[in-house]
Amino acid sequence: MSTKIKINSQIFQDSNNVYYPKDESEVSDLIRELYKQDSPTEIIGKNSKSFIGNKTQSANTTSLSKISGIIDYRPEELYIKVKACTPINEIEQVLSKNNQELAFEPIDFGYIKEGKSNKGTIAGYLSCNYAGSRRFKVGSVRDHVLGFKGVNGKGDIIKSGGTVVKNVTGYDLSKLIAGSFGTLVALTEITLKVLPKKDSSKTVIIYPSNFQQIYDFFNKLSSSSSEISGAVFVPEQSKDKDFVTKKNSVFKFNDLKSNISFIAFRVEGDKISIEEKINNLKKELKLSNSDISTLDVYQSEPFWKKVNNLEVFEKTEHNLIRMVIPPANGSKLCKHLENNHNYFVDWCGSLFWIEVNSKKEEKIKDLKKMAKDFGGYLTVIKTSSEYDYGEAIFTVDKVRLMISEKVKQSFDPKRILNPGKMYRGV
Amino acid sequence: MSEIALPKIDSSILNRKSEIVKKLSKLTNIENVLSEADELRPYETDALSVYTQTPLAVVLPENTEEVSEILKYCHSENIKVVPRGAGTGLSGGALPLQDAILLGLGKFNKILEIDYENKCVVTQPGVTNLGITHAVQHKGFYYAPDPSSQLACSIGGNVAENSGGVHSLKYGTTTNNILGVQMVMMDGTICRFGGKSFDQEGYDLMGLICGSEGLLGVVTEVTVKILKTPEVVRAALIGFPSIKEGGDAASEIISSGIVPAGMEIMDKALIEATDNFSKAGYPRDAELLLIVELDGTESEVNELIKKVEVISKKNNCSSLKLSNSEKERLSFWAGRKAAFPACGAMAPDYYCMDGSIPRGKLAEALLEIKKLSEKYELPVANCFHAGDGNLHPLIMFDGNDKEQLRKTEEFGSEILKTCVRLGGVITGEHGVGIEKRELMCEMFNDNDIQQQLSIKKSLDEKNLLNPGKVYPILRKCAEEGRVHVHKNKDKFPDLPRF
Repeated sequence: MSTKIKINSQIFQDSNNVYYPKDESEVSDLIRELYKQDSPTEIIGKNSKSFIGNKTQSANTTSLSKISGIIDYRPEELYIKVKACTPINEIEQVLSKNNQELAFEPIDFGYIKEGKSNKGTIAGYLSCNYAGSRRFKVGSVRDHVLGFKGVNGKGDIIKSGGTVVKNVTGYDLSKLIAGSFGTLVALTEITLKVLPKKDSSKTVIIYPSNFQQIYDFFNKLSSSSSEISGAVFVPEQSKDKDFVTKKNSVFKFNDLKSNISFIAFRVEGDKISIEEKINNLKKELKLSNSDISTLDVYQSEPFWKKVNNLEVFEKTEHNLIRMVIPPANGSKLCKHLENNHNYFVDWCGSLFWIEVNSKKEEKIKDLKKMAKDFGGYLTVIKTSSEYDYGEAIFTVDKVRLMISEKVKQSFDPKRILNPGKMYRGV
Repeated sequence: MSEIALPKIDSSILNRKSEIVKKLSKLTNIENVLSEADELRPYETDALSVYTQTPLAVVLPENTEEVSEILKYCHSENIKVVPRGAGTGLSGGALPLQDAILLGLGKFNKILEIDYENKCVVTQPGVTNLGITHAVQHKGFYYAPDPSSQLACSIGGNVAENSGGVHSLKYGTTTNNILGVQMVMMDGTICRFGGKSFDQEGYDLMGLICGSEGLLGVVTEVTVKILKTPEVVRAALIGFPSIKEGGDAASEIISSGIVPAGMEIMDKALIEATDNFSKAGYPRDAELLLIVELDGTESEVNELIKKVEVISKKNNCSSLKLSNSEKERLSFWAGRKAAFPACGAMAPDYYCMDGSIPRGKLAEALLEIKKLSEKYELPVANCFHAGDGNLHPLIMFDGNDKEQLRKTEEFGSEILKTCVRLGGVITGEHGVGIEKRELMCEMFNDNDIQQQLSIKKSLDEKNLLNPGKVYPILRKCAEEGRVHVHKNKDKFPDLPRF
């Protein structure tokens, strides 16, 4: 059966006209045919993060969800090679048996979308490149990708990288694919660096009295040789009562006063070194025992899950913004956000999750200007039903847009893959 | 040395030399343009000194605007450009072309900003790798990637090559340690990717530029991340009676959950060579020597070093020493850091190969190299970054003997092919440059290479920026790929190479 007949048959499509290629060569055949027909397609996996980004305007939808399964896992080599749409849960379970993990701490976007866990697939994670709380210490998703295989917009199967950490053979296309929202290749295979899980963790809570103090703490924490692996600030918030209730319930822990502003930082390692690091940090931050409270491992682990699941914004119907700025400008941003928006700060002062009321699109414009002025960027991760896309979801300047168009052209000259998902014309 | 194919020389450019030099002299200070034979000689080669070419002219711009104007001019006049940092590259990536101007970034030698609050340093590309650490170490910070040439290599060159070092497993390579770059494209467009914040949004163009070997743009500013110096660093020096036992111990250290800051392996030939050369006090009865370095807080390091001790004993180590002072730790490294000159003292010439293999394949790789050594009747010594799988076999030979030279080339090529067969790659940290270009098809098929060339074409349509590098010209897997040092006359003999 020719590919042309196949793509018009039930072999590739379900009743909603979604194509489900079963392997790499079927993905290649399908895209090659769509290329011939000048017929763009949306690329999806398990649909857990497809709400992020612009809506693609394409006649077709291709689901890579059947390209799933672990190909090769070598715990002693610290890598795992998987088919692209292997669920994150499956990977984490396999790694966990060998006491290893994906160190970039995947965010579970299922909570903001539908109020329950839905981590989706590794291809989705790589395509978004959104790392969790440990990012400032271990790097992002892009820093953990050793290689990939995929199909470009002409239907050619291409690969880059390998399974080894040190590799400078040819352009590092793995980096380019990370965060490309499926606009360059349809991924079929991904090799990831994995790392040992830490024995244990503890989380220390501080209750700062003003914004300057928050950033003094963040600065001291990130300047310490007693390394931390997570640091968030959750403000008290007073105007939005529903949010306050939600926040207090999400962060309800025995040893945490969630009704006032707090900083939480995490220390990981073996039990002895955790105590040593906490003692060092208490001295460096000039904290006495009465200033702090400590979450033991049984509270610490769920605490960071709740942070990384964005549970305070569960099922939000407003616009949810992810803003990244250099931490030195963080206290200014906190002051601006105070009493204006619901938010919290992650990555030791660098990452802001901000909820903007559905009817205030112009506020997003202001925030974007602020992000740029501060030397950062923002992305509207989830849009409210009233969002009219007047303000672009992503932040990009003219020169980068021009280069992005050229790069897109080199992978996907007819704009077959996820056209417009990131920028118009890309 | 065998001839290497280079892009066809455009004689019309050669004929226009005086006009081009005159124009360049208007785009920057006149003393920044070199065109006389004696002025050009120092620029004829990089650290792969076996290949030499005299450039049409050398231009040493002083700021980004000048770089932009020069590139814009070259773009409009179809003049090729070869960018160059400190010229310490080992793969010929900065080899000049006769009809190209060599664009040296040596005058970009200032650190522009040290920003402790944002934990970064904004620097010009000509600043040395170690220069960055020197600028911040008084406050207890450092820049993590530490290629062995860090004393002399420039940060711009590190970006072009995505340089690593012995600490790559724990701290990553250049790409994991930079936050932003300013770059000039071949048509003169000035662009900025990233900045002082983590992860740029959209296509990771900084990630693309890092390791692109000067083919996509000229980097004129780099923002690097700085880290707090670890509280304690300790090392273990462990001898093993067999390659297998030592290799197994290295694998077990990793699979037990330890991420060493550095982990190095030397084979018997290298243990003897370095011990003769530097009197490091290495266990000469060992078949394999393992150096493991651990860093962190005091109790963390002590705990980890105990685990390393247990694993080593379990794998029948024949000797084990733990460093109890900084002096002792450095003495463990002394021999290892002298590996290259030690080989240079044993034979008139040596070639340094640079492949990567999965850690667990070490015994297999060394066995294969031993067989090849017997086949070609050439001695070889091996060092291995066991943390990250980077293997550096050093083949010893006499370059005056044409037959030995030919055999060395074949031997080297077979080693790199072995690396690929074992699941590794043809270059871990030295780059493809000119020397491993034709071996690219060992790793990539036509589709893969075509995709990379499409990217090159999209950003440098006329193929003027560093042409003839990285991608095969001959389209045959020629017998190439090594660093050649004659009579220890390395271009930079004082630089440790490991």
